Amino acid sequence: MNNHLQTPADLIQKKYRAELSSFRDHITLLFNKEFILEACQILRDDFSFEVLVDETVVDYWRRKEPRFQLVYQLHSRQHDERIFLRTSISEDDPNTSSIVSIYPNANWYEREIWDLFGIRFEGHPDLRRLLLPKGWEGHPLRKDVPIKVEETCFTFNYDEIDRGKPRAED
Amino acid sequence: MGLEEKAGNLGFVTTTLENVVNWSRTRAMWPLLSGLACCAIEMMAAQSSHYDMSRFGMELMRASPRQSDLLIVAGRVTNKMAPVLRRLYDQMPAPKWVIAMGDCASNGGVFNNYAILQGVDEVLPVDVYVAGCPPRPEALIHGILVLYDKVQQEGITEWA
Amino acid sequence: MPIHHEVTSVTLDEIKNLVSDRAVTGETILLNMGPQHPSTHGVLRLLLELDGETIITCIPDIGYLHTGIEKSMEGITYQQAEVLTDRMDYLNTVGNNLVYCLAVEKLVELDVPPRAQAIRVILAELQRIASHLVWLATQALDLAAQSVFLYCFRERELILDIFELVSGQRMMTTYIRPGGLWREPPDEFEDAVRDFLGHFPKRIKMYEDLLTKNPLFVDRTKGIAAISGKEAVRWGMTGPSLRGSGVDYDLRKVKPYSGYEKYEFDVPLGKDGDVFSRYIIRIQEMRESLRIIQQVLDKLPSGPIRSDNRKFVPPPRSELGTSMEALIHHFKLWTEGFDAPEGAVYVPVSSPRGELGVLLESDGGPKPYRAHWRTPSFANLQAIPILAEGHLVADLVAIIGSLDIVLGDIDR
Repeated sequence: MNNHLQTPADLIQKKYRAELSSFRDHITLLFNKEFILEACQILRDDFSFEVLVDETVVDYWRRKEPRFQLVYQLHSRQHDERIFLRTSISEDDPNTSSIVSIYPNANWYEREIWDLFGIRFEGHPDLRRLLLPKGWEGHPLRKDVPIKVEETCFTFNYDEIDRGKPRAED
Repeated sequence: MGLEEKAGNLGFVTTTLENVVNWSRTRAMWPLLSGLACCAIEMMAAQSSHYDMSRFGMELMRASPRQSDLLIVAGRVTNKMAPVLRRLYDQMPAPKWVIAMGDCASNGGVFNNYAILQGVDEVLPVDVYVAGCPPRPEALIHGILVLYDKVQQEGITEWA
Repeated sequence: MPIHHEVTSVTLDEIKNLVSDRAVTGETILLNMGPQHPSTHGVLRLLLELDGETIITCIPDIGYLHTGIEKSMEGITYQQAEVLTDRMDYLNTVGNNLVYCLAVEKLVELDVPPRAQAIRVILAELQRIASHLVWLATQALDLAAQSVFLYCFRERELILDIFELVSGQRMMTTYIRPGGLWREPPDEFEDAVRDFLGHFPKRIKMYEDLLTKNPLFVDRTKGIAAISGKEAVRWGMTGPSLRGSGVDYDLRKVKPYSGYEKYEFDVPLGKDGDVFSRYIIRIQEMRESLRIIQQVLDKLPSGPIRSDNRKFVPPPRSELGTSMEALIHHFKLWTEGFDAPEGAVYVPVSSPRGELGVLLESDGGPKPYRAHWRTPSFANLQAIPILAEGHLVADLVAIIGSLDIVLGDIDR
């Protein structure tokens, strides 16, 4: 990796004891969630990563501990570099701090994560459900929520499925 | 038989009340602008000049449900949108018909998950299902003509 | 059992921190511009706080088209998941397929022959033109120029005919597959594209004659919702909405993919960052796309159109009768799918709306473990409260049109 990415990556690695991994020309740094605000502040102010491109969660249910990894993707337009930051979040304490104060467009990304994964963000001005209806219970994108709703319909189970389906009254 | 031939020459037409009412209902049926997703683009393409829908009486799409009599559900219906659609349907004055356009509106389509209604007939009574993902504008027009045939068959006892 | 809730009504307490104090006292009204509305391009709900006709804040409420595509993709193989990608941003279907295939190819390190790359560029640029035509049609329709709607859709039919020629489907083509294209385009393909190239430039001039110097259109769009380049970058806006403010950033130039570095084209930039600049640059982008397609057609290489790495690409059906390995590969690929190495990739491309990217993470199996889509309309729509503040309700329609949002993109 070139200089513009090497320097901030090394700094973050040393300062927060982050794990650096590299896959197909992407640099990923995995560290503890309490340092995320500081890390973003440093990257934005000192190394000109001024755009938050994406913020999402990957759920490693029963594969890794801790269960969730929050992926942030920061982009520096000046140097055309992208860096991926990951923080681990466990199931028992699904809270982390919000980076809305540094990147204002994190607002909706964090609302979506709360909606679909159930991770709370402290300091978020307006943590409500974004994509699902207001009274929905549960967080669908977690791996322990099943995907399929309706059984595949063949001729032998058509009547059974038809009886179970709700129909509208006029 | 003889009466109609004779009457036709005199310059007036005899028919039943049912036929007249059903005929007039099909000739100027105004759809509600309820395009939800990809099928809405094909509905717009059916409305535009290449596959003109105005030759079937649907010159324009009304924005208000109070002024329309056909609800074409074009696109996938989510759990959040379902009560809104039901409310729109309830606001339409009778007689009203529903066309479920596309696979997602007919039976959930490609999506078999928590977010999509497996067919809009879970919340609305549907008259005609048009298959396709998205259905070609010609398929939609065929569906509308099938609906016209259906309306033409409606009996006077069903209206009361 | 499906869950049908009551219509989402938002009480004042919930959004008290988002609206100004005058709403609480009742001095300003809260108006709902509901999900079913002729001018919100799709099912978007906007809560407006109005003082007379002036907008104080505008709070979008999305999710009426949330399809759970990311969740669905986790349950099916990579090849099957491509079908779902078309349905996300339904005006840029070829572009969605392209970004997904680029991500899969990066993940498994699959090569793409040059002929396939060139045809991918042609289709992507045609799709860009088609998407901009729909944008122009709906924006003009909202501002009461109805004939532009009919003209644009007439031109779009020509492009959809070309898509139907190569793949059989007008919109959801799934023609671009990992490793190249699905099958060789028929012989009439090049002639059809050349016909289109000869036919279209006059039409762009026709739209410009109708709108660009039209005082009604200019009055309704000049000076509306001006945003500075710095502010737009801070909010993560991309695409023509960002380039309208003068920021030069196009992924086709910055991070070229699929052979874009071989072709010469300009990236139009706007000056003021208002609705009118975005209109001008999108019209210009249509012309640049024509330029790119012309160059690709002139230099179209010959050769195979799909990689022959049989671990990932199914063999042609003609081989199945004669070769045992082909049969085994075919069987394995269609029943189990191919295994991708463990890791995560992110590939951004330039969609007509901005930066579209997919974060594809694999756990070593045949299904995507996590497919997250970074969609441009999601980021662009977040800036609506900033853009709409202080304008009239009638301007809001023009602003939403200029952002060119597609709800399938936002809600996924």
